[in-house]
Amino acid sequence: MQKTLDKFAIGEQGVVKSVGGEGKIKRRLFDMGITPGAQIMLRKRAPLGDPLEITVRSYELSLRITEAQCVTLEVATDSVGGQAE
Amino acid sequence: MKRFALAGNPNCGKTTLFNSLTGSTAHVGNWPGVTVDKRDGVYKKCAEPVAIIDLPGIYSLSPYTPEEVIARNYILDEKPDCVINIVDATNLERNLYLTTQILEMDVPVVIALNMMDAVERQGDKIDANELEKRLGVPVVKISALKEQGLDNLMDKAFNESQKERRGSTVLKDTPLAHLINDVRIALAGQNVGNPLFHAIKLVEGDEIEVEMHKETLPMVEEFKKTFADETFGNDFEALVADGRYKYISKHFAPVLTRKSKEKFQTTRSDRADKVLTNRWAGIPIFLVILFLIFHLTFSENFLFIGTFAEWAHNPLPTLEDLGLIVNGEPINYGVRWLATIYDGAIYSPGVIVNNIWNDMMVGELFGWIGGLIENSGMQPWAIGLINNGIIEGLGAVLSFLPPILTLFLFFSILEDSGYMARIAFILDRMFRRFGLSGRSFLPMIMGFGCSVPAMINTRTLADDKERTATVRVIPFFSCGAKLPILTAVAGAIILRFAGGSGNADLITYSMYILGIVVAIVSVLLMRATTLKGETPPFIMELPAYHAPQFKNLMAHLWDKTKHFIKKAFTIILASTIVIWVLTHFGFDWTFLEDEAINDSILAGLCKFVQPLFTPLGFGSQLGTYGWVFVLAAVAGLIAKENVISTFATLGACLIAANIPALSGFDPALLEDESGIQAVIAMIAATEITVPGLISFIAFNMTTIPCFAAVGTAKSELGNKKRFNGTLVFWLVTSYLVGAIVYTIGSWWWTSFIWAAVIAGVTCLIVFYNKGKINIKFPKRK
Repeated sequence: MQKTLDKFAIGEQGVVKSVGGEGKIKRRLFDMGITPGAQIMLRKRAPLGDPLEITVRSYELSLRITEAQCVTLEVATDSVGGQAE
Repeated sequence: MKRFALAGNPNCGKTTLFNSLTGSTAHVGNWPGVTVDKRDGVYKKCAEPVAIIDLPGIYSLSPYTPEEVIARNYILDEKPDCVINIVDATNLERNLYLTTQILEMDVPVVIALNMMDAVERQGDKIDANELEKRLGVPVVKISALKEQGLDNLMDKAFNESQKERRGSTVLKDTPLAHLINDVRIALAGQNVGNPLFHAIKLVEGDEIEVEMHKETLPMVEEFKKTFADETFGNDFEALVADGRYKYISKHFAPVLTRKSKEKFQTTRSDRADKVLTNRWAGIPIFLVILFLIFHLTFSENFLFIGTFAEWAHNPLPTLEDLGLIVNGEPINYGVRWLATIYDGAIYSPGVIVNNIWNDMMVGELFGWIGGLIENSGMQPWAIGLINNGIIEGLGAVLSFLPPILTLFLFFSILEDSGYMARIAFILDRMFRRFGLSGRSFLPMIMGFGCSVPAMINTRTLADDKERTATVRVIPFFSCGAKLPILTAVAGAIILRFAGGSGNADLITYSMYILGIVVAIVSVLLMRATTLKGETPPFIMELPAYHAPQFKNLMAHLWDKTKHFIKKAFTIILASTIVIWVLTHFGFDWTFLEDEAINDSILAGLCKFVQPLFTPLGFGSQLGTYGWVFVLAAVAGLIAKENVISTFATLGACLIAANIPALSGFDPALLEDESGIQAVIAMIAATEITVPGLISFIAFNMTTIPCFAAVGTAKSELGNKKRFNGTLVFWLVTSYLVGAIVYTIGSWWWTSFIWAAVIAGVTCLIVFYNKGKINIKFPKRK
């Protein structure tokens, strides 16, 4: 199943399929290691719901929901999703 | 002298390495035009001394951020003899992404594998020899913090610097290899240096390269037409980035063997983060930390011990109660020390440091020098200039060093520990409403302490327009030096107009809130007009938490101190002398005693501009002596501390001048340091109204800040036009705020006029931005 990163539940994991977005933002996402094939886990949402915190290439990265919408992932079947909002 | 450049990701230990290598020889300098620090220092333990250049921390060599362009241009144009690429071993893949780009340049490279101790602590292993083989450049394990492996690193770097190195790329296995090679040969044919690097950037479609190599561009474009990747289509920037990471995952990442097979481990840092950015507790914890910082810096009632004692109906005795201070004089030298720590309540550490510095050190020293000058037999004007001008001016400025450093220390701790990034994470949502990112919160809140470090802190903001907007509103967060103005005027209002009953603090607090409101409105306005732009992205690394390093903190503080002292002895010293001369000489250049201030050059000038302040309530309507408020405000442009000292001088002068309204005013009352009585004298002499007084403090709070802050704004903004715009912005804002406060305070119905004007302007901006009206170029059919 594929969905964009902003739709992930906390703890859910996936593999990046494609990265969209306007040039500057896309380049930044790439530079930070969000490229096709990278494994990502959604760690948490900020207290006000936005931005998000993810783990990618074994470090923590924060990005906004609007930026997370640019990232499409294949959801890993064994991930422990739905830990609740 | 050979030059080695340090390059690496932000937060990879670059600064620590720099400090370890260069020791105390480090000094901070600014790059021309760009507000990012480049530091250089000297390493002395090689065969010959080597200059070490610390480049800004970067993730990539893209053309999008100023730091990346600086680092890239330095390596390309200044041609260092070797690049030392620091790689954070705990975060190998992302760090090596930058490495793959640096390796494409024709420059000797050595990899410093830092934070190996942290990797080993987790039980993981990195095969450095294997990595060296695969990268094709030396790899040295170091610990910048414990200063391990540094000599080895520098020996290797020195060795490498004596060799030539051609760039190499990891993109040689990708479908792009052919194109890159063709472009490289073409560029090499044109005698372009670093042909491989430029070729790859040109293929990426990099803005800077496209501009630089117009002749070669058609060749690339021609090829691109026939090329279509199945995943990326014709997006070459994406292809290149993906190619790099793919190669890293396949060839470099395997040198790391993890103890745990778990893909996403939970570390101690993660557990700390779970609490600190918790959905419910995150914001309260943040507020408590913020409160503690200000409490520890400014509170004269540490941990509210005094208040608790009062609640228990057992208040702590003051030093006077104890008989240790008699008639305002401490009975011995020991009591003076005691008074820096305790008087009816225990002071906070910040206040204690402040008291020791001011009462026991600077005060003593300047008092002693003052005494020497007084008895030196010099001309009276020279004594006045040195004692009342220079020494008092310098003293006023230096007295602010302790609170600035204390605040700076706390904020450095937050920054070093990694919590600062989380504050931005927590608050981003709120700040986005105003068109800023969460990162701009910190400089703003630092503004409550002092605008100077706050403005310097805006360097952490990635977006240029966001930085400008933040620098401009920082002075509205009322700084420590503005507080005495607020309390003096508020106190005078209560005593003079409310017969002493009423709460002066309420006026003070509302002024703080007014400042915040003005800041929010200004940011919204700027982001909708002159500083239009998209909300900057917030794709930011959240570094692992770690305990702050004492050595680093001290280095930060020392840098800060040097910077501040330099400023005090240059620009502020000069301005103090000018002000003093202008208030103590008449137009015919005769020396005037304090009482004759009314005839001074500056008084003349102030009388001249006085009518300008009529809409603000302290202009022409105040009559002959009305210029005193103008002078106080103008003196405040040098340093806000000047306002209070000007109050004191003017109060004394007014009484000396025998004004009928002041007959029977006891000059002894002026002895109180808070300036309240001086303000009352000024009120009596000028018959200024309450709205006029409030407008006066509102004006002082929002107008051009002190010289130090203006100088900092100038160096931080870099751009001259933007700096001039900022000065105009401050003047216009304070004038408008003053006028609104005064007119509405005097005639309540004018609020309708202001509301209509504000609504009109808002509509105009909204419609203009929506393209419904076009002011500059009216469309005609």
